[in-house]
Amino acid sequence: MILFWRVLKQQLDLAYEHKTAWLNPLLFFALVTLLFPLALGASTSNLAAVAPGLVWITALLATLLSLETLFRDDVADGTLELWCANQPSLLVYAYAKLSAHWLLYCLPLVLISPLLAYSLHLPMVALAVLMLSLLLGSIALVWLGAIGVAITTGLKYNSFLLALLVLPFYVPVLIFGASAVEITTQGLSAAGPLYLLAALAVLAVTLAPFAVAKALKLSTS
Amino acid sequence: MPRLVVEGVSYSRGSQLIIDNLSFGLAAGELLSITGQNGIGKTTLLKLIAGLLIPEQGAIQLCHADNGQILTPQSNHQAWLGHRNALKDTWTALENLLLLRQLRSANEFDPLKALSMVGLFKQRHQPVQTFSQGMKRRLALASLLLTNAPLWLLDEPQNSLDKEGIALFEQMLARHLEADGMALMASHHALSLSTPNCRYLTLGSSS
Repeated sequence: MILFWRVLKQQLDLAYEHKTAWLNPLLFFALVTLLFPLALGASTSNLAAVAPGLVWITALLATLLSLETLFRDDVADGTLELWCANQPSLLVYAYAKLSAHWLLYCLPLVLISPLLAYSLHLPMVALAVLMLSLLLGSIALVWLGAIGVAITTGLKYNSFLLALLVLPFYVPVLIFGASAVEITTQGLSAAGPLYLLAALAVLAVTLAPFAVAKALKLSTS
Repeated sequence: MPRLVVEGVSYSRGSQLIIDNLSFGLAAGELLSITGQNGIGKTTLLKLIAGLLIPEQGAIQLCHADNGQILTPQSNHQAWLGHRNALKDTWTALENLLLLRQLRSANEFDPLKALSMVGLFKQRHQPVQTFSQGMKRRLALASLLLTNAPLWLLDEPQNSLDKEGIALFEQMLARHLEADGMALMASHHALSLSTPNCRYLTLGSSS
C-alpha cells in the first residue's frame, strides 16, 4: 500500500514538472470542442443536437492521446525492468500508474466538460448527466486502453496500432455515454446507460490491471 | 543460507543460440563475475537468472542450502540493478532512494546514512537531473545498501564510476559477501577485491 501511494505521488510530481505534456490532452479537448460551433454555425438547436456525441468523441480521443505515453518513460529509464525483477507482480504498479493517469488526465476533462457542453447549448439538465457519464466512462477508457498500451509498449510507431487495438473496446463506452446525455435532453431518465457505464468501469478496474501487468512483463522480455 | 542453482540453461534469440547448456552453482558468500565480449550474452544471462527472460531449457532456482527448499517468489530475494539506473530525473535523490527501497525487501539501514556513504548526503534534496552519470550510478548503488535480499544481480555496476566510486562499490560488495550474501555481476572491469570467493565465468569460451 505504501508503494501504491509512493508511485502515485511520483506520477503526480512528474506531471507537475512536465506541465506542457500534462496540459496537451486538456487543450486538445477544449480546442476541438470550441472549434465546432465555428464550423457548424451558431444555430442553437443544431449545436444542442450534436453536443452529447461531440463532447464524448472529443473526450475519448483526448484520453487515447494521453494514454500513448503511459509506460514509455518507465521502459526507457529501466524502472519497469527493476519492478519486474524485484516485485513478484506488477499489479501495484499497474493500479498506481492507472489511478495517477486518470487523476491527471481524465478528472480535468470531466471537470471542464460542463463548461464546454454549455457553450454548445446543451440544456442545463443534461450537464450533470454528462459529467457523471464522463466520470464513469473515462475510468473504463483508461483501464481498458491501458491493456492496449501495455501490449504495444516497446514497439516503435505504436500510435496507429494502439488505436486499432483499443477503439473496438471503446465503442460500447462511447455509445452508452453519449446516449445517456442524449436521452436526458429528451426528458427521459438516463439511469439505464449510466448503470451500464458503471458496470463497464467496475469490470475494467477489476480485471484490466491483471492483463496490463502480464502484458508489461512480456514486453520487458 | 540460500544457494543459487543454474542447471542446463539454454537460450536463443531468433535462430542464434546465445547460452548453451550452462550450469553452475553459487553459494552464500560467493561472487560470480561474468565476463566476455560485447554482445556475447552477459546481460541476457543476468536477465535469465533474474527471471526477466524465460529459459528455453533448464532451470534456475534459488533455494535453501540446507534442505533444498525453493525460495519463492524469487523476486523477493534478489536485488536487480540494470545498466540503466531507474531514477526519475525531476525527483530528488532522497525521494528516488526511498522508492527504490520500497521496491525491494527493505532492511533497517537508514537511507540518509546510505546517501552519506556514497557521498551524496549534501545533494540529497537536489533533483537527479542535476547529477552527473557517476553520481546517478552512486545513488543507484546506494539503494543496494537498503535491502536484505541475499542475491545481488548487477549489470555493469562500475559503469561511469570514478576510481573512488569503484573502490566504494567493491567495499560494499565485500561487506555483502561477508554477510553471506551472493552477487552475480556482468562486468568489463577487473575486480581488485581481495576475496577468495570470487569466481569468473567467461562467456564465449568452452569453459
